[in-house]
Amino acid sequence: MSAVYDAAIIGAGHNGLVTAAYLAKAGLKVVVLEANGRPGGAAITREFAPGFRVSAVAHLLHALHPRIAGDLGLKRLGLHKELKATGTAALLPDGGRIEITRDDAATSASIGRVSPADGAAYAAAMARLVRLSGALGGYMLRTPPSPAMASNDLRTKIELGLFALSLRRLGRKDLLELTRILTMNVADLAGDLFESDAVKGLLAFEATLGAYLGPRSPSTVFNLLYRLSSFGPQGMGGFHLPAGGMGALGDMLAKAAGKAGAVIRLEAPVERILVEKDVAAGVVLVGGEEVRAGFVASSADPQATLLKLVAPGQLDVQFLKRIRHLRMNGCVAKIHLALDGLPDGWAEGARRLVFAPKIDHVERAFDCAKYGRVSDSPALEVVLPSLADPSLAPAGKHVASILFQYAPYKLRTTSPDDARRQVLERGLDTLEALAPGIKGRVLASEVLIPHDLESQFGLSGGQWHHGEVTLDQMFFLRPAGGFQRYRMPIPGLWLCGAGAHPGGNISGAAGANAAREILREARRRRDAR
Amino acid sequence: MTHVQHLKPFLRKTPFHGPMEALMHGNGWIRWMGYYAPAFFDSEQSEYFAVRTGASVYDVSPLIKYSIRGRDAARFMDYLVTRDMTKAKPMQVVYTAWCDDDGRMIEEGTVFRLAENDFILNAALHQLHWLEEAAYGFDVAIEEISEQVCGLSLQGPTSREILKLLGVAGIERLAHFSILETTIDGRWLRIDRAGYTGDLGYELWVKPEDAIWLWETLFRLGDPYKIAPIGSLALDMTRIEAGFILVDADYIGAMHAIRPTQRISPYEAGIGWAVNLKKEAYFTGKRALTREKSEGLSRHILTGIEIEGRKPAAGSFLYADKAGKQELGLTTSALWSPVMKKNIAFARLPPRYAAPGQQLWIEIWYPKEQKIERSMVRCWTRNRMFFDPPRKKQ
Repeated sequence: MSAVYDAAIIGAGHNGLVTAAYLAKAGLKVVVLEANGRPGGAAITREFAPGFRVSAVAHLLHALHPRIAGDLGLKRLGLHKELKATGTAALLPDGGRIEITRDDAATSASIGRVSPADGAAYAAAMARLVRLSGALGGYMLRTPPSPAMASNDLRTKIELGLFALSLRRLGRKDLLELTRILTMNVADLAGDLFESDAVKGLLAFEATLGAYLGPRSPSTVFNLLYRLSSFGPQGMGGFHLPAGGMGALGDMLAKAAGKAGAVIRLEAPVERILVEKDVAAGVVLVGGEEVRAGFVASSADPQATLLKLVAPGQLDVQFLKRIRHLRMNGCVAKIHLALDGLPDGWAEGARRLVFAPKIDHVERAFDCAKYGRVSDSPALEVVLPSLADPSLAPAGKHVASILFQYAPYKLRTTSPDDARRQVLERGLDTLEALAPGIKGRVLASEVLIPHDLESQFGLSGGQWHHGEVTLDQMFFLRPAGGFQRYRMPIPGLWLCGAGAHPGGNISGAAGANAAREILREARRRRDAR
Repeated sequence: MTHVQHLKPFLRKTPFHGPMEALMHGNGWIRWMGYYAPAFFDSEQSEYFAVRTGASVYDVSPLIKYSIRGRDAARFMDYLVTRDMTKAKPMQVVYTAWCDDDGRMIEEGTVFRLAENDFILNAALHQLHWLEEAAYGFDVAIEEISEQVCGLSLQGPTSREILKLLGVAGIERLAHFSILETTIDGRWLRIDRAGYTGDLGYELWVKPEDAIWLWETLFRLGDPYKIAPIGSLALDMTRIEAGFILVDADYIGAMHAIRPTQRISPYEAGIGWAVNLKKEAYFTGKRALTREKSEGLSRHILTGIEIEGRKPAAGSFLYADKAGKQELGLTTSALWSPVMKKNIAFARLPPRYAAPGQQLWIEIWYPKEQKIERSMVRCWTRNRMFFDPPRKKQ
């Protein structure tokens, strides 16, 4: 059996669905092939204990690009009604907390109880960082240029010009500051901006989350700016919890793609990409079914796409080496807890709690990861989605979705089973110290270490960004120098996932950019005919 | 004892070193891949004539040899090299190039296909790192076997007669670029009909413990057939006549280039015939070479030229005009060919000047008395395979 489509999209993750929706809207005949039984990829809600549901991988929405939400009519589908914004609370070792919200005065007062100076400085300092990140974020929905200037087309040159202009518009001081901090480590930047351990620790956490980097590693400020860009006009302005968990977004995108005419096939795992005469001609599903298409766009990560789905012998040696050597050492584990009620004070205020009381706490946690071990004393992000949507847990009960940093994919002597056990033990011990009695409230738990993210969600190395967000793996170097335009070396094969520019987070930007480039190519092919 | 490393004898001796040393008439040892190798035994000229009129013996043991076997070996070789390996039958030799991602030549050499999934790659430079990178995803075992066999290249018009005397069954029927394996006096022997001289000739491979036997037997049987040992200087003369390129002389291997622009493609090296863009399989560099071919991106082509006069012309500039206003390129290897009585060279020329038969000008600087003199003479583009006698393939 063999079906023919204009485009076959591998993976119904959020980027795959965004690409599918754009292509289908433009009139292409599109099929999305998803291995799992539900669309959404890493934006998925699932039950981990009877009656308890949780966002299985990504658990906060902050980066979805407003233009994509608009283009795909997500507002009409009801996305914004279902979103609950949340601030962040930094948990302090003495049981206190700092509340960071959009209310600058309240934030300042809250920080002021720990350090008046930081309270006074915080809002302006963060606003500046968001402003700086915004100048870079302007490239989110554009195709990166080639570093060989001559090979860029007019459109790319104009976009580069506009980018240069946006940098100029920052003004001299901000531009200097941006160039100064761009490659820096966050520990030094935090020292420049703040004095209290609590605020510095929080900043260190935000800057290292999701990267195999400690606060003193270079490029952590870039990782911070990357996250902060979602707090400006290129994102949603803050953290949000969708009703029904992140799966709601996955479902909504699937609905948008379906409405536009894309066919979404679930439980249709792709075995390999079909290459005929050195051109991608479609995909072969597990079981042998061929799905033929003029465009094959993979929203799987670059390693999964190019090392696993493409048979050996189709790609050049040095290119493959670059792909093999992408830094994909995922180091965040997830803990899901079914709780019989919340600890005192957790029901009020922010639904996102961070425990990273000082820079050295995060750095020491990273030291363990550096040597291939699970952090002895982790930094934690605790999200309480059942506060935003009580239907996620039975009445009176709650769920906690916790990021445990660091639990590296590359373990030295620890077995994955031991790592799972250690993550749960050490995570609960850390929480118990902050909220005595919480251990006794745990009704059920689930731990997903990077190995599980790889095996259950197809994320190579358990790296949720499809490759770390560091300067050497971004912009025209993502996924590899010379291949930043979503076209992979095999003609007809495209990358539309987070492994391509602009990278991770649930933003949909890579999917939208890939769709734009595919449509340009489709027009070119049509004109050539 | 000395702390200066280079003053210690650190070169290795090939299994043929003993008998070679006995024949060494001067200080002719040079270094080749970490071994003592002869540049000459007696005189370059007499050794050259041994190749062209009798039989010559050259120790090719220092060549680097890789065994490539395994379930995917055939597919892997087809992915590695520019030729279509599916067309090579077992016990055949294939001359081919292998390239980097940009279609720039890492090296060229011969591949022995011993069986469906059993190959030997012969190279002048180490390739293990590249082979292992390339083998990602393939079920192949790659092993360097350089010291597991040793070999002599027996080249020249009388070489076949000597092998007949040796009692190699079927040597008359062994076609050009074919391989046979046999046993003589209980000793394993592999013979391929190829070489680096462009003449009738064979390469003989034995186990190291049989090296002395092979050497002594060949020289005993070959004496009436003017057998003689040769060094690399004579070999170099014959390979230029035959039009064979040499890494680090006529081109720089892609992995050794200092600047990316130094790397050249097989088209530019004048071995475009060894690139098969139509073959079924993809090979590293195929997309880049397809683009080079279809868009005419070759910067130059290494071509043969025949030069007026006798002055040796290595490293000379070529011009389109006698006045020397329009510079075209540069020669790499060059010599006065004693058997053809021609002054020949390889020249890098823009593609539109590379077709045989065009007249160009060459500027040769040469020493005369105590001065350097300049001569601007005519030259003509030629097929680079200057010396190609029928006996090579008969």
